[in-house]
Amino acid sequence: MQTRGNTLRKIIDGLEAGDWSARELVTAYAARAKDGQKGTHAFVDVHEESALAAAEESDRRRAGGESRSRFDGVPIAVKDNLMVAGHRATAGSAILKDYVAPYDATVVDRLKRAGGIVIGKTNMDEFAMGSSTETSFFGPSRNPWDTERVPGGSSGGSVVAVAEGSAPAALGSDTGGSVRQPAALCGVVGLKPTYGRVSRYGLMATASSLDQIGPITRTVEDAALLLREIEGRDSNDSTSLEIKNEWRLPDSLPTSVRGLRIGLPKEYFVSGMEPGVEAAVRAAADRLAELGAELKEVELPHSKYALAVYYVLMPCEVSANLARFDGIRYGRREPAETLEGTYRRSRGSGFGREVRRRIMIGTYALSSGYYDAYYLRAMKVRRLIANDFARAFSDVDCILTPTTPTVAWKLGEMSDDPLSMYLQDIYTVSVNVAGLPAITFPCGLSEGLPVGVQLIGRQFDEKTILGAAHAYETADGGFGRYLPPEVA
Amino acid sequence: MPLLPAEVERIAELSRLELSDDERDSFRVQLSSILDYVGQLSEVDISEVEPMSHSVPLLNVLRDDVAVGCPEGVRQAVIDAFPERDEDLLKVKAVFS
Repeated sequence: MQTRGNTLRKIIDGLEAGDWSARELVTAYAARAKDGQKGTHAFVDVHEESALAAAEESDRRRAGGESRSRFDGVPIAVKDNLMVAGHRATAGSAILKDYVAPYDATVVDRLKRAGGIVIGKTNMDEFAMGSSTETSFFGPSRNPWDTERVPGGSSGGSVVAVAEGSAPAALGSDTGGSVRQPAALCGVVGLKPTYGRVSRYGLMATASSLDQIGPITRTVEDAALLLREIEGRDSNDSTSLEIKNEWRLPDSLPTSVRGLRIGLPKEYFVSGMEPGVEAAVRAAADRLAELGAELKEVELPHSKYALAVYYVLMPCEVSANLARFDGIRYGRREPAETLEGTYRRSRGSGFGREVRRRIMIGTYALSSGYYDAYYLRAMKVRRLIANDFARAFSDVDCILTPTTPTVAWKLGEMSDDPLSMYLQDIYTVSVNVAGLPAITFPCGLSEGLPVGVQLIGRQFDEKTILGAAHAYETADGGFGRYLPPEVA
Repeated sequence: MPLLPAEVERIAELSRLELSDDERDSFRVQLSSILDYVGQLSEVDISEVEPMSHSVPLLNVLRDDVAVGCPEGVRQAVIDAFPERDEDLLKVKAVFS
């Protein structure tokens, strides 16, 4: 069967109508995923055997009228920093090259309980640190629009899988833009939920106060479908919250933006953006205005400090979270004469350069004498950034920005210049810093490559940004324009 | 202000990381430029601003103080993941020597 260009909705409807079985779906997607492993390299591992077994069980349940949910039999790709019991979970790192997950992450458990099928683990920047997937120990993934270019990162593999059609939907994680930036660069939809909406249990922590798991899909409606399956309070994650009634997503998303007040932050439209990106994003804003939305300029005066705040807080949290990878209880151990020598050698050889750079920045910023100047100061500026958004949201219902400053670049172009790579996150990090939800969806092409536009919402108001994005997508004629060329 | 080689060594030591000579040099330059960049935070007026460690206000999330067991399969999988073991025990270097 054809896998390219299928939506989650179509897969679900087809299963219900009996147009295909779960077995047929898994067979087709797994074949496509394995095919791509030598090319676009979306997958680190394809779980063909376990997925086929799960598909057969799903088909039996459906035949007996005992399907667990509408998701029963749906194949999903999962980023390799999420635990899937009995399978490798490497986070793209040499230090976990042979590590097998002992349990399921809560999001994986929820999908499985609904009958969803994990078809494999997707490639990523090592421990989610990077914007291109080039820091993966397994080598980079490639953008299906132009395989000489990066797909973005860190959830690059999940995004490539959805873009090329080796999975109908995927899970990624977003610490500073890791779902949204690659989704924009590959022409798919990516949602970063409000901090606390989705349990992080079983997600390898990069920066605990910023990380959130999010859906990567072909359409906006699909993102809403997948979010509903994974959200909600989990006793294993004390920062996850019960979904209040007013936060719930409606069964069908609105198709009108009439009367919606959309803010355009003037600080985001100054400089540094490629002209083609700016043109597409401005055209998307104008289109929303034609559809009945009201555009208003808003001010987010501390925006220019968001990236600096992020690149203090994130490495500080990274340095603490990655202390557990010491060669003792799991992962790679490189024995030395002393215990400390074992730590240093295991971590030195197990972590790649970008991960070690960030651990060192965090260690330095938290070390005696520097804490106030870096970490404490960054936490204070973090509040100023969150306050800016709170003020803006008293005037508007959501905020529209570019997702990325550029389209996809060539592999290797920025790989040894960490700071210029960090600038890729300039429009996405403040969302994590303030704990807000944001969605990216394609809004045009520049130089033949996809451009994404980002809508940022109030905390737990995913409903509004999904609704507006859905209205835009419907008026824009759907996702058809954003299918990458067929790779031979 | 660029980091001194001794500072880089000190950070690597605190981070429990081994670096090659070539990495020591390139990291010194790269870390210095990142620290320069984040140094712009010093120009922000933060008087009377409370630090924000978390974006969602949550206080004292509690549960009953009872041990929750680990399923046998999970326990075994955790043991199987040990880098070195003696039956079900994890082998490590002497901590005090």
